[in-house]
Amino acid sequence: MAIEALVPPLLELIRYTSSGLAKDVVAALQAAGEREEPGSRAHNTFRLMLENVRRAREASAPICQDTGTLIFYVDHGPEVLSFDVEEAIFQAVRLATEKSYLRPNTVDSVTGANIADNVGLGSPHIHLHPTREPGLRVRLMMKGGGCENVGAQYSLPDARIGAGRDLDGVRRCIIDAVHRAQGFGCAPGTVGVCIGGDRVIGYAESKEQLFRSLQDTNPDPALDALEKELTGSLNALNIGPMGWGGKTTILGVKIGQRARVPASFFVSVSYMCWAYRKGELRRDGERWLLDDEPLAAPPPGRTAVPLRVTG
Amino acid sequence: MPRKLELPLSESAVRELRVGDEIEFSGSLVTGRDAAHKYLHSVAHDPSFDGMVRGRFLYHCGPVVRREPDGSWRVVAAGPTTSIREEPYQAQVIETYGVRGIIGKGGMGPKTLAALQKHGAVYVHAIGGLAVVLAHCVTRVHGVYRYEELGPPEAMWHLEVKDFPAVITMDSHGGSLHAEMEAQSQAAARALMEANPFRGR
Repeated sequence: MAIEALVPPLLELIRYTSSGLAKDVVAALQAAGEREEPGSRAHNTFRLMLENVRRAREASAPICQDTGTLIFYVDHGPEVLSFDVEEAIFQAVRLATEKSYLRPNTVDSVTGANIADNVGLGSPHIHLHPTREPGLRVRLMMKGGGCENVGAQYSLPDARIGAGRDLDGVRRCIIDAVHRAQGFGCAPGTVGVCIGGDRVIGYAESKEQLFRSLQDTNPDPALDALEKELTGSLNALNIGPMGWGGKTTILGVKIGQRARVPASFFVSVSYMCWAYRKGELRRDGERWLLDDEPLAAPPPGRTAVPLRVTG
Repeated sequence: MPRKLELPLSESAVRELRVGDEIEFSGSLVTGRDAAHKYLHSVAHDPSFDGMVRGRFLYHCGPVVRREPDGSWRVVAAGPTTSIREEPYQAQVIETYGVRGIIGKGGMGPKTLAALQKHGAVYVHAIGGLAVVLAHCVTRVHGVYRYEELGPPEAMWHLEVKDFPAVITMDSHGGSLHAEMEAQSQAAARALMEANPFRGR
């Protein structure tokens, strides 16, 4: 597949993902709002959050000005060349930045200079998975800095929280991470967790868990039970939206695992803010699907003059 | 009902505000985040910044701003960024420029809390991720300061806002909602760790 054919659907994936939330997240925020007393601070906050989601979609504007670290998970068949997908993603990111779908949000880590087009060393982040079957699936997560900063990685045993190398220890890590996150990661968030792996794979898997639907079932019954128990019981922390107190502290817990060496036992926790941006683009025969709907042309009226970026 | 406020605010007006108050404020303010604070720390006094912020609010925000074909600016997305990164600089900025409120998210540390108390200012918590609703509150872009040096998200944007919704989470009497929440959720987290329904299974 030619690079030129890949760029427009990838650009639309970025625009669409940046300017709204997936249905499962909207439903969870609605349910959380309904649990709060009308007129309370928490109730008003959920009302404003949902209004923001609606307006962002209507205006095709970024739901949050921190358009985040761009993390792409690509599954591609043998007919798609990995370096073509990579190059097409770079081009789509540059175009999305020109069109203000993305903020110039990438800086050189040594000089601090803004990399005007959002394409820098290791950025955007692309995970490539070759598949034997033909086809292409590109999943995009846009993860803001506020929630990325409250992620945590534990090396068990951890005496501070009494966590041993078992599911009770894993559970303690998750509770501790959500408590320490308070409202700083823009609560109510969703936590992606990986048990095991090395430090790199642990975090990568914890983020990939965040692509799961909030309403799904974990194929591992023990992990499914733990996810469902924590999704309810963590609300006892009463952290609430933005950490101002309220009945919903998190929207979901998603737990995966990766094999580990006997000497290590990591628990990696990634926190995703309520502005939980995830999108999936899939090639289906001759057509493209975006979040399971046929890909539509982007709405008109986005003809802004590109931002001039300095420094 | 949120309390309506008009900027600028006097010291006595600011001292009436208490932790937990919901407010909607209107008037002009300035944005400033990491690079702006670093810059302000590097100079003794900046008269242009002083003129924009004295008696008003400083907003921790790196907005997405579009230049329209007629050359005017339009704020597309303008939610708060995490405030704690400015903790080393904030107290001095409040003192030097007579800032009456810091808008951001996540709250700030003890040095800033002490400065709020000493100089009469509040921490105004906006809703993170509320970029479009808050951009709609911006009725006018008065201008942008140090744009060339700092780049678009880091530049100091001088904005007019109307009915900007927020909650006071740190006040000028030493109160902090963040400290209260931290303490009560700490106890709840400990209890939840000990009450594991799966233990022994």
